[in-house]
Amino acid sequence: MIKLNSQQMAKFVAEGYLRFDGVVPRALNEQLLARFQSVDPSHHGNLRDYYHEAVDQRVLPIGASGLPLDQVFDDEPLFYALLAVPEIEGAICSLLGEAPRFDHHFLHVTLTPETRTRMQLPAAAQHNHQDSTIDPELAFDIQLFYFPQAVTEAMGGTRFLPGSHLRTVSEAAIARYQNIVGQQHVVCPAGSVFIFHKGLWHGGGLNTSQMMRYLYKIRLAPGGSQVRQWDTSDLAPIDDRQGPTFWREAGGGSVVQQILMRPQPWFEYDVGRLELINRIKLWRYLLGDPAADVDYWLTRLERPQLIDRGASL
Amino acid sequence: MEHQERQQVLVLYLASSALDSPVIGWSIYDGSSMETPQTGLESESPYVSGLAALRDGWRLIQASPLISHPVGQEFRTDYLKYEFFFERWSTPRARSGS
Repeated sequence: MIKLNSQQMAKFVAEGYLRFDGVVPRALNEQLLARFQSVDPSHHGNLRDYYHEAVDQRVLPIGASGLPLDQVFDDEPLFYALLAVPEIEGAICSLLGEAPRFDHHFLHVTLTPETRTRMQLPAAAQHNHQDSTIDPELAFDIQLFYFPQAVTEAMGGTRFLPGSHLRTVSEAAIARYQNIVGQQHVVCPAGSVFIFHKGLWHGGGLNTSQMMRYLYKIRLAPGGSQVRQWDTSDLAPIDDRQGPTFWREAGGGSVVQQILMRPQPWFEYDVGRLELINRIKLWRYLLGDPAADVDYWLTRLERPQLIDRGASL
Repeated sequence: MEHQERQQVLVLYLASSALDSPVIGWSIYDGSSMETPQTGLESESPYVSGLAALRDGWRLIQASPLISHPVGQEFRTDYLKYEFFFERWSTPRARSGS
């Protein structure tokens, strides 16, 4: 496997996602796409009937939530091979540690206009949402978004908001946010995998092309420690060093520190600082170092209180 | 006599509580149009700030209050914090192409 390095981990902490363009071999993409297409939505009158047949036909295998991942796909060589792609296996191990657990998976089909119209579904992109439910914990699941076919702009690739993953919201409560500065849309070659932090805001796009768009999504949970599971050989003393803040030369700090402190264009002025603090807390969790800091954000707040030293107020 | 005009709602999310701060997000719900609202399809905000919307004739009808931070949750982040609802009234339009 190819594990993540510290800069990739810092990017995941800061932005809540990683992308691996075209990492899945062509032959495997073709086999998996054929499997996904083995039940055709255009032959059904509505989505419920399509999914009933897709489940009955085991387009995806059925596995119990909470199973060790290596037990879910024992008899499914295509899915096993997908998760054994060196970059993907390495990223899973880096983010979740050894023995990750299967949460669930799903096949998302974004319909062509013709099928959508026939099913009397609205020609609308999916609202923004955060998956699952309110989850304020530092320990995190990941979600793999695998696109077996090339995704063009017209195919309505998944929309997502970098840096939104640490916002604690309640699923579709954010649905009224139509556009946010910095939002991105998946456009990618066949065989691409995006890995999202559990909290990343996202939504399916509107497919205006003549091709069904298939997305295989699988959610995985840590089965043990998430501390220092990546390739930490590139971590250096400079990554722990506290330098000057605010009044300093441009480009101060290590590359890892710069990645961790890179703001998003949609951050509110004040809340953006809280986002940086929450990134540092997540970085501490992953490092297993409760004193780690960047740009003095947490050290400043953790100064000893005078009252603890016997001073009178 | 039936009221002929329909409400248009513009929601701007700003970078701070000041109406003249930059727009970081926006939504439009148009009661005068039969078009389906879309999420994520626009890359340019209709206005650079809340003040710019006022100057273009939108009426502010709601603003996010400033709420103190609960003890122990001072660093929690969640919904976009500075949400401003605007309205104006417009004559209904038919769906394009119909």
